[in-house]
Amino acid sequence: MTDTTQSTPRAGSLFARDARTDRRNAAEKRFRFYGLTAIAIGLVMLITLVTTILVNGVGAFQQSFVTLEVELLEAKLDKAGTRDLEKIKKVSTFGYVPLINAAFDKLAAEAKLENQLSGKNMGAILSKDAAAQLRDYVLANPEKIGQTITFTFLANSRIDGYLKGRVSRESIANDKKISTEQLDLADELRDLGVLKKTFNPDFILGGDASDQRPEAAGIGVSMLGSLFMMLVVLALALPIGVAASIYLEEFAPRNWLTDVIEVNIANLAAVPSIVFGILGLAVFINVLHLPMSAPLVGGMVLTLMTLPTIIISTRAALKAVPPSIRDAALGVGASKMQSVFHHVLPLAAPGILTGTIIGLAQALGETAPLLLIGMVGFVASNAPDSLAAGLMDPNSAMPAQIYEWAKRADPAFYERAWGGIIILLVFLIAMNTVAVILRRRFERRW
Amino acid sequence: MPLTWLILILFALAGLGYVAGRARALRSADGDPRKLHSLPAFYGWNAALSGLMPALVLLALWLFIQPMLIESRISGHVPADLIPDGSSRDLVMSDIRRAAHGLDKAVQTQLISAEAADGLNGDSTDLRALMGQVGIAIGNDIEPRVLAAAQQYRKLDSAAAGWMWIVVITAALIGHGLALKRTHLGFRARNTVERGILALLILAASIAILTTLGIVLSMLFETRNFFTLHSWSDFFFGTTWAPNFRGDSELSFLPLLWGTLYISFIALAVAVPIGLFAAIYLSEYAGKAMRAVAKPLLEILAGIPTIVYGLFALLTVGPMLVNVFGRGEDGLLGVDWMAGATSVLTAGVVMGIMLVPFVSSLSDDIINAVPQSLRDGSFGLGATQSETVRQVVLPAALPGIVGAVLLAASRAIGETMIVVMGAGAIAKFSLNPLESMTTITTRIVSQLTGDTDFASPETLVAFALGLTLFVLTLGLNVLALYIVRTYREQYE
Repeated sequence: MTDTTQSTPRAGSLFARDARTDRRNAAEKRFRFYGLTAIAIGLVMLITLVTTILVNGVGAFQQSFVTLEVELLEAKLDKAGTRDLEKIKKVSTFGYVPLINAAFDKLAAEAKLENQLSGKNMGAILSKDAAAQLRDYVLANPEKIGQTITFTFLANSRIDGYLKGRVSRESIANDKKISTEQLDLADELRDLGVLKKTFNPDFILGGDASDQRPEAAGIGVSMLGSLFMMLVVLALALPIGVAASIYLEEFAPRNWLTDVIEVNIANLAAVPSIVFGILGLAVFINVLHLPMSAPLVGGMVLTLMTLPTIIISTRAALKAVPPSIRDAALGVGASKMQSVFHHVLPLAAPGILTGTIIGLAQALGETAPLLLIGMVGFVASNAPDSLAAGLMDPNSAMPAQIYEWAKRADPAFYERAWGGIIILLVFLIAMNTVAVILRRRFERRW
Repeated sequence: MPLTWLILILFALAGLGYVAGRARALRSADGDPRKLHSLPAFYGWNAALSGLMPALVLLALWLFIQPMLIESRISGHVPADLIPDGSSRDLVMSDIRRAAHGLDKAVQTQLISAEAADGLNGDSTDLRALMGQVGIAIGNDIEPRVLAAAQQYRKLDSAAAGWMWIVVITAALIGHGLALKRTHLGFRARNTVERGILALLILAASIAILTTLGIVLSMLFETRNFFTLHSWSDFFFGTTWAPNFRGDSELSFLPLLWGTLYISFIALAVAVPIGLFAAIYLSEYAGKAMRAVAKPLLEILAGIPTIVYGLFALLTVGPMLVNVFGRGEDGLLGVDWMAGATSVLTAGVVMGIMLVPFVSSLSDDIINAVPQSLRDGSFGLGATQSETVRQVVLPAALPGIVGAVLLAASRAIGETMIVVMGAGAIAKFSLNPLESMTTITTRIVSQLTGDTDFASPETLVAFALGLTLFVLTLGLNVLALYIVRTYREQYE
């Protein structure tokens, strides 16, 4: 017989709510609320991030251009009249600036512009690139000297900022590079249709420009640098990663050496990326004397960073292949290595591919190690002309280029940094989507 | 002739070896592959790889050792009086290297003939112009002895290259020959080839160890150099960080460690509550539809590159915080506590946003691993869902969650881009989160991308910082693993 406990029965029904139950229910509601709030905060942060990127970066894809008719005066460009290229080359870029100023004077007279600026001040609203662009054209087409050709020049970054709303008459109070009269001129030219804001393909395709010319800066050459680095990563990390995984998964005996290798791989996955940059600087550049800022070196550093990711995902893919496949192969007379390479590996290939694409996407966004091997500063100026040059010539990568632009502390460059981020994120979204689609398409349920 | 030719020749020889090996094996079996021990292809692979592998290894070793040997030879010949004051042997060596490289390029682009390059002497102005034409910039005029050393360098280099070709190709031919000799129908080709492939697999797996060794050794080497120039007790226990490019800098670790820990603390204070509660809600309360939508969206935050977060911190969060906490009359609170956009709070908050999916997905896995029987028992005793989570599930999952938090801390400590752009450059001990403070990773980037001479303590300190950072994050990871392994309840 059990002793009954002495506690008095509760007063009232279990179904009637008392204070304690109310408190507990309230606590339950609060707890759920906290959880929902946490998720909401996370999603709000995501939306804020995406909106900030889009709002700030979309402007970088458009640029202000000025359409101008310039008379290629023979008297200034080719005094002798011989059209000798060597003599024409002797006229420096400065020599072309008066032509532009004269074109502006002519435009002011013809369009009866209200402002009273001299040709020189009017010419200053163009980018510093304009004279160089004119010179390149004349050197390529010397027979056009003497004619009047219509050119489209980039406007300088202050005028561009004015058209995009970044620059206002109040904000340029202390700015030496632009005056309110030039802004008035910009208004008039815009009304005339001479100054227009249009889509600028050079942002996506062109190279970086010096910090005096944010309007001419583009991310195209850095994209090529990133591409070469991804090629190096693919060529190095995929074979090494798959080979290492096959060994660890299929052939490695359970001894201390295998444990050491596995612990090392797990550790490498957690090492900060800057340490890999230090490794790249100390070993690849100082000991092996590879060229600095070369995509080859960047690719090798990124390979070491991506290797743990690829090894982990490949091992998972190999583990997912059921033992019956291996046993069946052995049963028809294959050796262990033949069963792995001819049967297991092809079946694990989709998983390996997905893991590789995700690893590549992570490597594409890495910046810190690339800064240490020299991809800072004005390096991505000219597109490489061959595979060897692409690998060994100094170049930048997209994230490093974005960082470089952000460092220049010019609102025009900030806009370009946001635009570069949009392009980077487009690449990342594309790669991740391809990985997800491949995984869905080739997934097999054993 | 360039290196690619040599590699192509080696591969061509290997191809020939494959064909010859396979044919020889089939011939020894009178054309009937069933008499062979292995498939005919294996005999071919055996013949090909026996020549290719030793040759490639020899080539790699030669390419690695040759510059070192030549440099030490030339360096030994450089007399001490050739080194100008304030310079070093290394700089003279790099001048010699550049001059030799320039001469090579000049001969290659046919600016001067090979004989003329060998016969050049003394006339340094012409040499500078010549170098300028091939794109090599030489600062000072080249001394005739430096020029002589450069010409000797070129001679040694080309002689060594010639020898390399001979040795490597001979090794390949010997390898192929030996393999072909052994090829007959009883030879166990498949086993030999598979042993070779296994060796390659082991080599690939040991690259992980080589990488770790490389990281530790490279940093250890330069750190040792640093500690000969700067006292280690001052580095670890001193309290000021003030590098001075003229020398005699104060380089101490503690202010940087303080900045790093403070920012990581704020980041974890943001990430852990949000991540943990999000994980609890998603695994305990959320329906399938919500999970399918919310989880991938949170994962997107994890996939965004850190440079994006850095820019976000510098250009959006920073000015927003300045609007709230700074700008005196115009600000939201009307106070003037915050001067610039970079501060500990900016970097900490943005890093916290970055870590939310990290903490959330790790906690999610751990909470899901707690068996349902524990929850059912708790419900059976009359607990509400939140009481179950608070008093049963979380204590059961605690070791895993602590491990996840430590891993997130390790990630926060090693993060570079967000702090480079969001925190500042001033090293100080301060409790005010609205001031800008610098971290270990920021200083590594700034010291290694600055203009200081590589052998100076200001640059070498970056390696010491890197080694300390590596040890710190490694320690945290090992601690996390230890805690999880020791205190984890093994259910069923």
